[in-house]
Formats: sequence, C-alpha cells, structure tokens
Amino acid sequence: MTEIERQQYDVVVIGAGGAGLRAAIEARLQGKKVAIISKSLFGKAHTVMAEGGAAAAMGNVNSNDNWMVHFRDTMRGGKFLNNWRMAELHAKEAPDRVWELEAWGALFDRTKDGKISQRNFGGHEYPRLAHVGDRTGLELIRTTQQKIVALQQEDHRDHGDYEARIKVWAETTVTRLLKNGEQICGAFAYVRETGKFVVFEAPAVILATGGIGKTFKVTSNSWEYTGDGHALAMLAGGTLLNMEFVQFHPTGMVWPPSVKGLLVTESVRGDRGVLKNSDGKRFMFDYIPDVFKDKYATTEEEGDRWYDDPDHNLRPPELLPRDEVARAINSEVKAGRGTPHGGVYLTVVDRMPGGAAEIVKRLPSMHHQFKELADVDITKEPMEVGPTCHYVMGGVEVDADTAAAIVPGLFAVGECSGGMHGSNRLGGNSLTDLLVFGRRAGLGACEYIESLGADLPSVPDAEVEAAAAEALAPLEREGGENPYTVHHELQQMMNDLVGIIRKEEELALALEALEKLRERVSNVSVAPVAASGGRGYHPGWHLALDLRNMLLVSECIARAALERQESRGGHTRDDYPAMSAEWRKVNLICRLSGDGGVSLKHQPMEPMRADLIELFENDELKKYLTADELPEETK
Amino acid sequence: MTYKAKFKVWRGDEGQGELTDYTVEVNEGEVVLDILHRLQATQTPDLALRWNCKAGKCGSCSAEINGMPRLMCMTRMSTFTEDETITVTPVRTFPVIRDLVTDVSWNYQKAREVPAFDGGDVKPGEFRMMQQDVERSQEFRKCIECFLCNNVCHVVRDHEENKEAFAGPRFLMRVAELEMHPADVLDRREIAQDEFGLGMCNITKCCTEVCPEHIKITDNALIPMKERVAGKKYDPIVWLGSKLGIVKKGENTPTA
Ligand SMILES: Cc1cc2nc3c(=O)[nH]c(=O)nc-3n(C[C@H](O)[C@H](O)[C@H](O)COP(=O)(O)OP(=O)(O)OC[C@H]3O[C@@H](n4cnc5c(N)ncnc54)[C@H](O)[C@@H]3O)c2cc1C
Ligand code: SF4
Ligand code: SF4
Ligand code: FES
Repeated sequence: MTEIERQQYDVVVIGAGGAGLRAAIEARLQGKKVAIISKSLFGKAHTVMAEGGAAAAMGNVNSNDNWMVHFRDTMRGGKFLNNWRMAELHAKEAPDRVWELEAWGALFDRTKDGKISQRNFGGHEYPRLAHVGDRTGLELIRTTQQKIVALQQEDHRDHGDYEARIKVWAETTVTRLLKNGEQICGAFAYVRETGKFVVFEAPAVILATGGIGKTFKVTSNSWEYTGDGHALAMLAGGTLLNMEFVQFHPTGMVWPPSVKGLLVTESVRGDRGVLKNSDGKRFMFDYIPDVFKDKYATTEEEGDRWYDDPDHNLRPPELLPRDEVARAINSEVKAGRGTPHGGVYLTVVDRMPGGAAEIVKRLPSMHHQFKELADVDITKEPMEVGPTCHYVMGGVEVDADTAAAIVPGLFAVGECSGGMHGSNRLGGNSLTDLLVFGRRAGLGACEYIESLGADLPSVPDAEVEAAAAEALAPLEREGGENPYTVHHELQQMMNDLVGIIRKEEELALALEALEKLRERVSNVSVAPVAASGGRGYHPGWHLALDLRNMLLVSECIARAALERQESRGGHTRDDYPAMSAEWRKVNLICRLSGDGGVSLKHQPMEPMRADLIELFENDELKKYLTADELPEETK
Repeated sequence: MTYKAKFKVWRGDEGQGELTDYTVEVNEGEVVLDILHRLQATQTPDLALRWNCKAGKCGSCSAEINGMPRLMCMTRMSTFTEDETITVTPVRTFPVIRDLVTDVSWNYQKAREVPAFDGGDVKPGEFRMMQQDVERSQEFRKCIECFLCNNVCHVVRDHEENKEAFAGPRFLMRVAELEMHPADVLDRREIAQDEFGLGMCNITKCCTEVCPEHIKITDNALIPMKERVAGKKYDPIVWLGSKLGIVKKGENTPTA
C-alpha cells in the first residue's frame, strides 16, 4: 500500500478563509495545537474576493444603529427563515470582532472623527459595512493571516519552532473525515504538490471550506468552491440544512464571455449607482414587493435625496435585498429590455458629486476590473450586468452557540454552515459571520476536547485504507471519461434546470440528469503524471476527486428545491410564486441515504424567543408568520 | 473573432523540462489563463498551474508571458497579434515544482521574520486614526502577494545566495507599512537595514513596474524607508517626533 504520513493535532481546521483562520486563532489562543488545511496557498482563500465590507452595528456613522436594528435587517433579508439565535449572536458580537481586527493591525477606511467608516448596503437600514475601498476581504484575510504569523512568532520565541502549535498545510486537500464509531477522529488528505497522503489524527475537526458555486456555470466563485465541506459532513453522517437557498447576486459581469459571472460589487449601488434597462428606465421602482413597500422610495428624486439625507428620505429600490434585484433583472431581460449581451445597465456616470475622480477613488477595483477585462471605462460608460451564482445560504446544520454539527467532534463555520442567513444573505453579513462564528467554533471545539478528557478516539486502519483506495481510484481506472467534460455538463445542467427561476418539471429532469451523472462521475479516469509517482500537482486528478462533492451538493440543492413549494429568498419557483407562512416553519434537512444518494426530511423550525419577536412590529410579523405563531395581542 | 493561437508552454518538473508547442482556440475577450484552462480541458488535463479568483485579486496566477512577469488572469489575448507565438514560463526566481507551479515558500519564510503589528496598550474599539494617516499604509496593504516584485528584483533573481540576507521588495514594503502604521509602536528600522537587506536595494524600480496593483513600491515604501534608516543614524529625536506624536516603545525591535 502507498505510503501515508501521520500527524497529530488537537484541532484540525479545514479551510483558510476568514472563518477557518478565525477559528484556528481561537483554538490556538485556548492553548490547543492546531492545523489549518487549505486547498490553495496561505492567504488566497475565497475571502480575498469580498469587496463591499463587513456588517457590524458599531454606529460610527449613524448612532441610531445597534444590534437590534441589525438583527431585524438580517431576519427580514432572510425572510424569517434564519436560525434566529445565530442572527442574534451575529448582530451582538460583530462589532467586537471588527474592532479586534483593528487591534491586530487592520486599517479600515475612517470617519472624520477617526473611527472606522461604515457604508450603505442593500437591506441594511443604516450605513453599517466597515470597509477598505472595495477590497475588504483582502484586508480581513491579510489581518487574520498576519495574526497567525504573530502567534507563530510567539511560539518561535517560546519553543524555537514557528510551527510548534499552529501549522498551515497549504495546497493540501481533505477528501474524507475519519470516524471511530460515532465520533470524529481525524481527516484524510493529499498534498497537492506531491500527491502524498496525510492522515490528520485529531478529536475535533472544524469545517470552514466555503461554498458550492462551481456546481453552476455562471458564478462569481473560484475553483475551490466545490462544496467539499458540505459533502464531507454528509459523508461523515452530518446533515445539511435548507440547501435550496442559493444566492444569485444581481450584478455579475455578462461580457466578455470569459469573465461572465465575475462579481460587480454591491457597493456600486450603495455609492449611487443605478440600474437601467435598454429604454433608459430605472426599472427597480416597478419591483418593490409588498413586504418592503413602506421602506423604499417611490420616486427617483426621493431615492436620490436619500444618499445625502437618509433620515428624511426613503432609500432607492436599487438597494433592495439581492434576491429581489436579481429577479427584477431576470424579468427585464426576459421582457426584451436587456442589453446587447443579455444583462441590464448599471451606471455611476455623472452620479457622484466628485465626478470621475470620485468614482475611481470609491470603486478602485471595479474601475480596474472593467478597464482591464472589458475595455469599459466606468467613469464614462455604463456597465452591463446580470445575475450570477454567488453564495449558498444552505449548509451544515450546526448548533448556534458552539458551531457543533450533529456528529460528535465535527464543527462547521462560515459559508459551509447553514442557518444564519435564512433564505437570503444580506451583503456584508458573511464577513462578520466568519469572525463571530469562527471564534465560537474554535471555543466550541476546545470545550468538546476538554469534555473528552483522556479518552481520545484513535483512527481505525480500515477508515484510512478506504479513503486511500477512493482517492487512488481515478488514477487506477483506465479508459474512463475526462473529468473536465463531466464537470462542464454538470455546471450547464445546474444552470439550466436548477438556476434562478425553478419549476417542478425542470427540477425533476435535473434529478434524472444527476442520476446519470453519478454513474459517469464514478467512472472518470486520469492518467498518472511523471512527477512524484504519478500524483505530483495533477489538476485532472484533483478535479476527478472534487466531482464527488459537487454531485452530492447538486443533488441536495435539486431535491430540496423540488420539495419546497413556495418562493422565498434565494429559491424562486415559477409554479409557486408566493411566499407561504406554512413553509416558513419548515427546515429541509438532507442526509446521505443508504444507496449513496440523498434523503430529505422536514424538520419544524424552532419558534423565535419572545423577547426577539417583540423587536418587530406586529404588522410586519403578519407578513411572515402564520396566525398561530403571532404574539397573543395581535391575533 | 475565434482563431487558433500558437502557444509555447514550459512543461516539466524540478528543473527538467522544455517548452512544448500547442495550438489552441481563442475567443473574444479571453485572457491567457482562459487559454491554459482550455488546454487543460481539451489537450493536457495534467497541466499544472495556480489560480483562484480570475480577477486579479488573489495573486495566485503569476507567470512570465513572453518574458514579462504578469498575472495570467489579467493578460488579455487582445494584447497580442493573432500570428504571435505566446510563450508562458514559470516565474524564474523560485524553484519549479511542476509546469507553471513554483515553490514560493521563501516568501512565506520572509513574511514570518518581520515582527508583527503591535498596537501597544490601546484597547480594541478605541483606536482613532485619521484617513490621511492610514492612507500610506493602506496603499501597501493592497498587495495581493503575487510575489512578482520579489521575482523580478535583480538582487535575488540571479543571485540565489542573496535570498538569505534580503527580504525582497514585498517584505521590505511590509516593514515600511508597519513603520507608517499610525498605531504601531515598534521600531523596525535597524532590522530593515541589517536583517532584511534594505541596503541591497539600489532603487532600480523594476519591482514597481511589474506590480499588478500599481503600488509605488520604490517611491512610496523603499525610498522613504531608506530615508528613515538614514535619519535614525543622524537624528533619532526627529524620527520619534515625526511618528504622529506616538513615542515608540521598542527601540530596535529584533527580528521575530
Ligand atoms: C466576489 C465575491 C465578493 C464577496 N463580497 C462580500 C462582501 O463584500 N461582504 C461579505 O460579507 N461577503 C462577501 N462575499 C462572500 C464571502 O466572501 C464568502 O462567503 C466568505 O469569504 C466565505 O469565507 P469562508 O471562510 O467560509 O470560506 P473561504 O474564504 O472560501 O475559504 C475556504 C477555504 O477552505 C479551503 N478548502 C475548501 N475545500 C477544502 C478541502 N477539501 N480541503 C482543504 N481545504 C479546503 C479552501 O482552500 C479555502 O482556504 C463575497 C463573495 C464573493 C465570491
Ligand atoms: S527597486 Fe530595489 S527592491 Fe525594487 S527591484 Fe530594484 S533593487 Fe529590487
Ligand atoms: S507588491 Fe505588488 S508585485 Fe509585489 S507581491 Fe504585492 S501585489 Fe505583487
Ligand atoms: S487568479 Fe487570482 S490573481 Fe489571477
């Protein structure tokens, strides 16, 4: 059998994005020995791409803001399907987590009195997003990366070894979680450079693997987003929550084809950008849904006044939550009012008081991105934009306070976890989600380990052998299909049949197609390379292994989408266009079925705590809740 | 708009390899990375390369294209003529792992030696900094760690032996960033000179020229650092005063 390296840690964190790094920092601060595993190099995780900012009710720009307002916005954005305990913890703890970054060296943009500046974003009542130009994610990842380096420097001082208590395993991919009976006992991985296998023995594993966008063709996500954490959790007996909710960001680039899907940050709209159709009309005014009628401006004049005088005007409907804007764009294009390349126009031309110079200052990376990739100067011409698969709200079912999954020893945090964002995530809420629950997952894992005492689970040989055999299979098979072909077909199918607007017939077709793809995935093969016994830096082999995960995740999305007969947030059913208060009470839970497919069950939503319900006006609650759920006096 | 382009791509591992010829389809609006992805999908599934964001934000896809150090995802095919042969090779300063993937661990080692930010006694939430004071360091924090500047700098590009004593423009700039950080209290001037090799930089500005983030590494980071180091030798008091009234607690912070 092939050589396998063994490593012992207290906590293994899978993922080096904001969530994973924050979790690792916490576990190390609690005195644990930690490994951070990442598919790409240290500092490159998807979090670097976040542009707009990190939402936290610090109240620096508008002192009326506080955690209760933030909580309400988050619940509204998620259409009340959120795990309300997570939304509560998030709203309460986000400011501390942002301030902590500053104490680790982050340099946010400032207000006039020297505090952290905050900007407007869709669905947030007050300016709430701490930001650094439009590269906030880079700042977050660099700061946490540098904090880890700072901790390594401490260890170097104390133990003579930078990696004594925290080591980053860059370009290493986990393909299986390992279990001893019911408990997690480690993870199985290969090092990308050499293809060498490594078994990480650890009583606690934290999943922080990000999203699933690479299952769709048009996406703002990178190759890393193959739903690994989602799939790893399921394969280890975990459950996934509400996987039908996939966020299509309203503004992705639509041209040139090679960058189709690439994100155009929502800050463009927060900073006065407006959407127009090919008739030159600001069409969003036609798409304000009833639940938001009294919260958005009905005339362009009022909407425009709001940027300078938000206390006396309503905000423009370009800043509705993402699901609303994405559907509106979709409808305009369908009605024949789209741009030449099938999008709508988004423009900042003549919209900023400081003219072109202010555009370049406020939106430097958008200016750069359009100039370099599309030959468009956004200070002179409008951008063409359309919806793109951006974020998955669904994810590993976890306990709100500790991030613990149902499998003992398994934790999940960040985009791969579920619940926090309900049916639709507000912009900016992800970055602070990573920090708030990253810290909590680190603490949760440490508490769990303490509870085990000396009774640590060992890694059974059979688990390791099975994982190794599975990883080697595509290399050992001969004459199978090319993994790239299968991947392209999966992406096209998901885009066509499980995309932004869904129907029963198409979802049924998708499930049939997935059945066939499952067979093809189990039959892909790749030829060994010359380096390192055939497995040295072999992208074809890597993709062959990722396919299993994408397939499982796709099946969860399609099954849950077929089951949920209503439209809510990131799930729009053409055949069930209304939101249903009955369905709001239902969480859809996916787990692995006996035959390796996916089984689905309904799980009732826990009723919201009374003191949290009281934060809402009764008129608003009536829009979401069934009569039975309303507080006594409203009935 | 579709045409077939001629490519030469370096293939091989650990020092042994050669330029291999390919003919690949090119469509409107594509970048070099798209073409290499098409090669992977249709002709050579094992072609090793790094990328993540495909938007110039992560700094993973550094390579040398017709000898110029560049990001593959930000190099548009329209910058070449249709009959031009495009040569893609791994960055030269770091050892090749396979094909276009190089071992960049030297950069991470250097990163680890620069003493981290130290905010002194200020509590989280109590930092007050003015926009004009954070902007200098913010420019350097735009860095996406593509390491193209470290790759191109002649001090290490053809002088393996200098890697020990020289941190490269990326990490000299990190030192400058911390030195100009309004809330940092350490003093890294001496180690900038003695440990990280600031003196070996003879301000050729090659690093600035290749930086995809258009950071003015030489003018805004390296030259001011040199002045600060020189200033320290002559007049440490002026230096202390110039740090926004903050008195540095650690004179001569050692490497980490
Ligand atoms: C273009 C763009 C812009 C965005 N802008 C914003 C914004 O302005 N505000 C906001 O709040 N949110 C924004 N988001 C969303 C937010 O950036 C992400 O949801 C968030 O960064 C996810 O962080 P994470 O820590 O969960 O995962 P990531 O940062 O994606 O990290 C995942 C990590 O897991 C690793 N990994 C995955 N699978 C494996 C495996 N099998 N083995 C080992 N390692 C593995 C990866 O290598 C990576 O290190 C944006 C997203 C995109 C795509
Ligand atoms: S300016 Fe200095 S650091 Fe930059 S390339 Fe020239 S010698 Fe190297
Ligand atoms: S300074 Fe510029 S060239 Fe150097 S690593 Fe950073 S982004 Fe790349
Ligand atoms: S792929 Fe991220 S910079 Fe090129």
